[in-house]
Amino acid sequence: MSVDEKAVRRAARLARLAIPEERLAPMAAELTGIMEWVEQLNELDTDHVEPMTSVRPMRLHRRADVVTDGGYAADVVKNAPSSEDNFFVVPKVVE
Amino acid sequence: MSEAKRAKTIEGMTGPWEIVIGLEVHAQVQSEAKLFSGASTTFGAEPNANVSLVDAGMPGMLPVINDFCVEQAVRTGLGLNAQINKVSVFDRKNYFYPDLPQGYQISQFKQPIVGEGEVIVDLPGGESVTVRIERLHLEQDAGKSLHDQDPNHTYVDLNRSGVALMEIVSKPDMRSSDEAAAYLKKLRNLLRYLGTCDGNMDEGSMRADVNVSICKPGAYEKFRETGSFSHLGTRCEIKNVNSMKFVAQAIEYEARRQIDVVEGGGTVNQETRLFDNKAGVTRAMRSKEEAHDYRYFPDPDLLPLELEDDFIARIKASIPELPDAKKARFVSEYGLSVYDAGLLVAERETAAYFEEAAKGRDAKAVANWIAGDLFASLNRDNKSIDESPVSAAALGEMVGLISDNTISGRIAKDVFVIMYATGEAPAKIVEEKGLRQVTDTGAIGAAVDEVIDANPAKVAELLKKPKLLGWFVGEVMKKTQGKANPQAVNDLLRAKLGDRIGE
Repeated sequence: MSVDEKAVRRAARLARLAIPEERLAPMAAELTGIMEWVEQLNELDTDHVEPMTSVRPMRLHRRADVVTDGGYAADVVKNAPSSEDNFFVVPKVVE
Repeated sequence: MSEAKRAKTIEGMTGPWEIVIGLEVHAQVQSEAKLFSGASTTFGAEPNANVSLVDAGMPGMLPVINDFCVEQAVRTGLGLNAQINKVSVFDRKNYFYPDLPQGYQISQFKQPIVGEGEVIVDLPGGESVTVRIERLHLEQDAGKSLHDQDPNHTYVDLNRSGVALMEIVSKPDMRSSDEAAAYLKKLRNLLRYLGTCDGNMDEGSMRADVNVSICKPGAYEKFRETGSFSHLGTRCEIKNVNSMKFVAQAIEYEARRQIDVVEGGGTVNQETRLFDNKAGVTRAMRSKEEAHDYRYFPDPDLLPLELEDDFIARIKASIPELPDAKKARFVSEYGLSVYDAGLLVAERETAAYFEEAAKGRDAKAVANWIAGDLFASLNRDNKSIDESPVSAAALGEMVGLISDNTISGRIAKDVFVIMYATGEAPAKIVEEKGLRQVTDTGAIGAAVDEVIDANPAKVAELLKKPKLLGWFVGEVMKKTQGKANPQAVNDLLRAKLGDRIGE
């Protein structure tokens, strides 16, 4: 599978990454290389292998429905470039 | 009922059209803590007070699933008679928005926790239709953006961020705005019976995305036969409609809009729209260019959710009697009409009130009092049945007083008003106000004689107008301050006036 410049531009846009125009072609070549390397896995026959979701035989841990966190609004907004009355304040988002 | 002629047609310039509707309902799970963090779900807290570092999307924070939210989703699935999937997977749905600090929503995409089910929807006319459920999945809610605090800025509160939602997706089985509203009502009722969502639409606990398309008569039946959406028109999704009334309005407007577009020679674009409830119109929300590509992938922070058989069995055993079963029982056990039974089971609290009041009483009479005087008074004062000044036991007692002839039905109306105003017990009111029904024929007879003697002209008229007897009954009731037993009054009048009543 090869990745072209158009795909890189689109992925960058969706991820909100600024990729300079002159980096698109080299990036496409690099990503294509990575994809091809990963594609080697297709050589293995996995028809009768269960998908592996964890390297150790573990089950999803479930916690009890108890309030154990929160109550520190000032800390939550502490890193925000702008806040007021413990709200985050961001540039106007208009639908 | 038959599925044949359910669709309401809309007349266009080129002939009749039909509507096809599917609903995606977001129902907030009733739980103490959030889906993946230990922060509280309480509504109306100070800004960002119910936020943990997980909900704020801080680096290095890991989600840990709330067992009770899982239980609630399974309980809802069982209430929808749906397939419970013993293995389900959480995925990341990626998009950027200021109220989504993680940069993705944890949701379920390919493998939801609940699969296909169905809901029996009761229509206002007394008929019912089946709406098939496609799936139910668990996901995180986003935060809240306030756009009206400042002309140049948006304020973001993350209290709702990470609260568990159940997204309940129906198949495109609804054929009119009435059916869509009735479906939403039934779903809300069901969730409240199950105790899995408070159904409070004002607080945003339930919101609907409405999918609407139009087609020519006959096309929908072809879709149902083949399962191919090619028989239906292009659908538009109206996002985040938060009341049953607005759902109905949005559908009516949107169907008309699509008909006008198609008949004007245009094509309907598949798009997301917003319902402006002040103007009563839908508007395109996102341009096509920005069409969403969510790049779903399994969340590497979460293993698949595996449900144990005994976990599901335990939940199944805890499910209360649901509205459909309760309605059937009210009909068979209490002899109520299907209509009255439907009215009483529409809210779990009303059904409980009825059963308490009807214990050992005339159940039909109790149902009539609840549906009549009690509902009228509660509606007038905007009160829920839980806030009723007349307790279920007191209403039952009052019906008992009517049944044993202590008071007449007419006097009971007055007693009810006093009970509602003061909260006092009916027997006490009857004693103190001297409202006990007069059954003593001597006393009634005296009143009857007085009325006959005072109105010779009316007595003469009786021969031509036998209906005048009612007037005599009324006069006697007045004389006895309504306390005379109406049947006794009637009997005595007939006995005394006898052959002077015309046929």
